[in-house]
Amino acid sequence: MNPQDVKAKLEAQFPAIEIKIVNQGLAIKPEDLRRVAEFLKESDEFKMNYLSCITAVDYLDSLESVYNLYSVDKRIGPIFLKVRVPRSNPKIPSLFDLYRGAEYQEREAYDMMGIVYEGHPDLRRIFMWEGFEGHPLRKDYIPEDEDVLEWQDVEWLERHGVKVPEEYKEFARQLKESGKEARAERPKAAAE
Amino acid sequence: MQAPNVSQIEEGLKSELRKKGIVVATLEDLYNWGRRSSIWPLQFGLACCAIEMIATACARYDIGRFGAELFRASPRQADLMIIAGTVTKKMAPQIVRLYNQMPEPKYVITMGACSIAGGPFIDGYNVLKGMDRFIPIDVHLPGCPPRPEALLWGLTQLQKKIDSQEIEKAEWYQKGLKREYPIPEFGPKGLIPKFNPEIWRPETASRRRERYGDPILTGKKTAAPQFETFGDTQTKVGTV
Amino acid sequence: MSVSASEKTYQAYDPVLHDTETLEVNLGPQHPSTHGVFRMNVKLEGERILSLKPVMGYLHRNHEQIAENMSYLGSMPYTDRLDYFNSMSNNFAYALAVEKLAKIEIPERGEYIRVIMAELTRLVNHVAAIGFLLNDLGAFFTPVLYAFREREKILDVFEETAGSRMMCNYFRFGGVKRDLPEGTLDRIKKIVQEFPPFLDEFEALLTKNEILCMRCQNVGVLPYELALNASITGPMARASGVNYDIRKVDGYSIYKRFKFQIPLGKVGDVYDRYMIRILEMRQSLKILEQAVKEIPAGPVLNPKYVAQAKAPRNFKPPKGEAYGRVEAPKGELGFYLVSDGSAQPWRYHVRAPSFINLTVLEDLCLGHKVADAVIILGSIDIVLGEVDH
Repeated sequence: MNPQDVKAKLEAQFPAIEIKIVNQGLAIKPEDLRRVAEFLKESDEFKMNYLSCITAVDYLDSLESVYNLYSVDKRIGPIFLKVRVPRSNPKIPSLFDLYRGAEYQEREAYDMMGIVYEGHPDLRRIFMWEGFEGHPLRKDYIPEDEDVLEWQDVEWLERHGVKVPEEYKEFARQLKESGKEARAERPKAAAE
Repeated sequence: MQAPNVSQIEEGLKSELRKKGIVVATLEDLYNWGRRSSIWPLQFGLACCAIEMIATACARYDIGRFGAELFRASPRQADLMIIAGTVTKKMAPQIVRLYNQMPEPKYVITMGACSIAGGPFIDGYNVLKGMDRFIPIDVHLPGCPPRPEALLWGLTQLQKKIDSQEIEKAEWYQKGLKREYPIPEFGPKGLIPKFNPEIWRPETASRRRERYGDPILTGKKTAAPQFETFGDTQTKVGTV
Repeated sequence: MSVSASEKTYQAYDPVLHDTETLEVNLGPQHPSTHGVFRMNVKLEGERILSLKPVMGYLHRNHEQIAENMSYLGSMPYTDRLDYFNSMSNNFAYALAVEKLAKIEIPERGEYIRVIMAELTRLVNHVAAIGFLLNDLGAFFTPVLYAFREREKILDVFEETAGSRMMCNYFRFGGVKRDLPEGTLDRIKKIVQEFPPFLDEFEALLTKNEILCMRCQNVGVLPYELALNASITGPMARASGVNYDIRKVDGYSIYKRFKFQIPLGKVGDVYDRYMIRILEMRQSLKILEQAVKEIPAGPVLNPKYVAQAKAPRNFKPPKGEAYGRVEAPKGELGFYLVSDGSAQPWRYHVRAPSFINLTVLEDLCLGHKVADAVIILGSIDIVLGEVDH
């Protein structure tokens, strides 16, 4: 399916719409997402009734959500729809009531990247546990350092009757006083 | 750790009696022989290594020869827990809970590189770098995945270990002893605690960290690929 | 409009005599029937399911994060461990995605070997899936023993060719890693000859079996509209009548040259999914017969990329995006890659079929009993490595 043809047909249907062609996909604004998706799904010409994949991508100052649409009846596709939102306010309308298949994929995008889909009935974390802080696949996420005990670990262990060696306690106390958290270290090559 | 199964009775006397049709053994020999020839594993496969565990139980490699074909579904009836597969932080509390529920004498085999030290997924934020951080392990079995023959070898190593345990010094006969370990909880960044210092201590100087740093740091790349598209409202439309 | 999911709980049937309470039970994560570490929060009234919520993430191994810091070729062994039953299909999907990104061509013999490996993997997967489904039904382990007997023969072929039984890491960008050794092609021909009688024996024991028929027919019916709407793919969708097989639609690799059919089901219950897998195995054998006869001689890896294996960090595809998908035995497996021109991908995403096929688990199980929930999960055929990537 030629993206230029699709763009022409969409512009004929919605006169004031803004579409750009990026890498074989159509970039649209978040406000236009729902009507474009509805039109592509219901119109006889396209009938894109199969949503194959929703991907969330992090482009340092914005987040993007990419949708792959195919048509089972007409055997056409893929049509890629790309929607970009700023990092400070990542809200995209949800496609849950058009495509049921968006349910788990939007939850995954929320868990991993932090994009909030408005209209999703049950947007909570799917892979990580409730209470986990941070969105791991973002480019500025730094995981924890797992070989040092921090102060809350030492307290928990003593409450449960485990003896903690003195040097670990000392290190945890120093860490707490300096106010830092135990995070993974950068490799030296990247610092140069 | 592997003491040979030396009998307390003189060999000459034993062979004399055997010629007359009398077999002599210590109670310890019999006790250990019974225990090691009918180890019942817990049906607990996590990931890819579980498939090799199932293949070991199938007709070609046949773990039934070693008495261990009866995989139990409930931890209350099992002797051995084969941790086959990657242990994630989300799953770790459940594994410790299962270990606590197993009755003594109990053994643990970690099968595959993932449960020994994280395996190929060692750089992940959700992967526990080795199950021996929370429970004591008897046999480590490397491989990714270890072949069924390797699992059988690990089982025979465990059998040798059982043979070398002495009945007077058995921990489970002492009153009140039950090896139960505290179950970690979920914290905002990972598990609380990160490891149990009574069971495992990290290396003082990690060679891996000196050489590679911590390779997984998203944020190493400083520039995103630029495609001509709508950006956010702060930048110009047309570039990101 | 979409098929509504608003009625998420099943209205309890009128308890005339009893004053019942609902019981909330956790099935898993350690449970003999859950095919891995998967948990279902089930609300029961007696034995009937009122609501079912799946909880996953117990095997979330951060494959996508690791791939963002790894060279393109370095992620190939990790794709083996996604759907750990069929490692060759995962390799195939990833190799297709990167070849689309970097526009690499594949020699003829390489294509034929890829198709042969992919179809052998399909045989392995379907036969084991049927074995595990019967395990859930209560035929404890006997069908699995028969299935694994055949599986071991195919794993021998994989070991000869790729070096490892399960985690093969065999495909490269531009072909496959090395040629089939001496005698392997004859071994494959022997498998193709001996598999149909085994399938006949398997079917004779199972297809008209009274217990299977009574427990599986009209259980877990997936209607056509819901299957389309919920992005279900693979044998599960074809059992409901959705005529979509990526081998025919996209015609990737050289599938257009082979003659094979796509079996479709009518009712979409557990029994249909079982029958679809048996019929697909027979079609795979047809493809294998044709491929093994027509395979030409020649190189198996594009000569420009032979050196790439020795220096994977020099492989820098041009800036852009690509989505490559294959018909894996479980459904549509796709890889979405964004490249910024350097040796590591900017974004690497896996579209896992088992993850998305689980969307409808609750709808299929409502109103049935707990024992039926177990076989419905077995018929969806999930692999946790894929669900949690």
